[in-house]
Amino acid sequence: MSSISVRIPTILRNYTGGESEVSASGATVREVVADLEASFSGIAARILDENGKIRRFVNVYVGEEDVRFADGLDTATPDGAQVSIIPAVAGG
Amino acid sequence: MSQTAVRNLGPATALTCRECGESYDLGARYACELCFGPLEVSYDYSQVSRERIEAGPRNIWRYRDLLPVPSNVIDTPNTEPGFTRLVRADNLAESLGVRSLWVKDDSGNPTHSFKDRVVAVALAAARELGFKVLACPSTGNLANAVAAAAARAGIRSAVFVPSNLEQQKIVTTAVYGGTFVTVDGNYDDVNRLASEIAGEQEDWAFVNVNVRPYYAEGSKTIGYEVAEQLGWRLPDQIVVPIASGSQLTKIDKAFQELIKLGLVEDKPYKVFGAQATGCSPVAAAFKAGLDVVRPVKPDTIAKSLAIGNPADGPYVLDAVRRTGGAVEDVSDEEVVDSIGLLARTEGIFGETAGGVTLGSLRKLLASGALDPGAETVFINSGDGLKTLDAVAAVAKPSANIAPSVDAFRKAGLV
Repeated sequence: MSSISVRIPTILRNYTGGESEVSASGATVREVVADLEASFSGIAARILDENGKIRRFVNVYVGEEDVRFADGLDTATPDGAQVSIIPAVAGG
Repeated sequence: MSQTAVRNLGPATALTCRECGESYDLGARYACELCFGPLEVSYDYSQVSRERIEAGPRNIWRYRDLLPVPSNVIDTPNTEPGFTRLVRADNLAESLGVRSLWVKDDSGNPTHSFKDRVVAVALAAARELGFKVLACPSTGNLANAVAAAAARAGIRSAVFVPSNLEQQKIVTTAVYGGTFVTVDGNYDDVNRLASEIAGEQEDWAFVNVNVRPYYAEGSKTIGYEVAEQLGWRLPDQIVVPIASGSQLTKIDKAFQELIKLGLVEDKPYKVFGAQATGCSPVAAAFKAGLDVVRPVKPDTIAKSLAIGNPADGPYVLDAVRRTGGAVEDVSDEEVVDSIGLLARTEGIFGETAGGVTLGSLRKLLASGALDPGAETVFINSGDGLKTLDAVAAVAKPSANIAPSVDAFRKAGLV
């Protein structure tokens, strides 16, 4: 199984016991989110909307790449990849 | 940050999610815990009147009863921005065939852009919320404003910008002496980095990230000023540049508040947005009839507007469509041409964002979206001295001569 490091934003750290970075496994962002849910019940529903898509105001990055510019939830997460979940409402 | 202390943020009462309506106590939060939606400040406006405003200082604090800042905000060191000129642009109006045209010239702020307004509000709120450092990701103008405001307030600043920024904006940030980091990436990369750092450094107020609900309210003062300077009335049409989209949505919010409070007559007005074609995700969504904005990779000389993933894009579309406006975009060549036109006709040297806005105004006139017979205001949000490279190739001396009257005569200048 691949080992992925996931950076957790402040407002989701109540799910991870305050941890800002956790380990997960999965070959795609979709699988990583599912694995997070297995470890931290309830967290997937904060990241994904009721249709299973990434919420409008959530940005997910694999390394430095916004997955919206790649394959969305199907974006590959190679072993050792860094995934970041970040509130989108920032900047300007 | 502590969430327990009682906040003195003037008329502000709560933070409310724009998407799902969830309400939170005033504090150091910016995204809804349920849906990640943006939080907006809610208010109790019982104190507001024209008389109280007109008795206030000639800066944004005359509107402090409408802002999320402590009532004693004028007693703490700050840059005192705002109340910039509203210029009646008769020469430009004549050249464009427009009846009544005004330029809200925000290059007159302390660090020469509208960003001094939002930073002053963010600084006041950040102090009240217990933050120790004033920080931001920036395309340049915000970097200037944060570094200067922190220096004036006597606190540390930490500013992050794309490393390819205009040299003028590098120098005009570094001179204030805070922590200043250039990042090898575009603005959206810097913005992501800042969002991650904000999650680590809990006493750093990233003005446009974790203090953004308060910060963004500062742009309302542009709308208040336009209305007050027109003699307490709203223009028919207003053209506003779009980067994140916050300035446009907050000017619209200001007009709505003035109507609700009875400070101006309730009348229709249209809000128009302006982008550079090389970074026009909101214009593209508007023209395609979409209500979501697809992020782009920016490529334009208008670097202060080069945000490929604009946070308030969907709300810009809402405001523009609700008021009957439009969003237009112009090429870099049109930007340079409009910088020159504004300078030649009105003596105002706007930065590239000003060229984008006037360029879009001209295009909206040509398409018939803007009514030439209606009173129109457009925003010049920054100073051309910060984007000299954009016009250096076309703004040149008429002649170079020897120091003699003979040489002058021969140069054919009279």
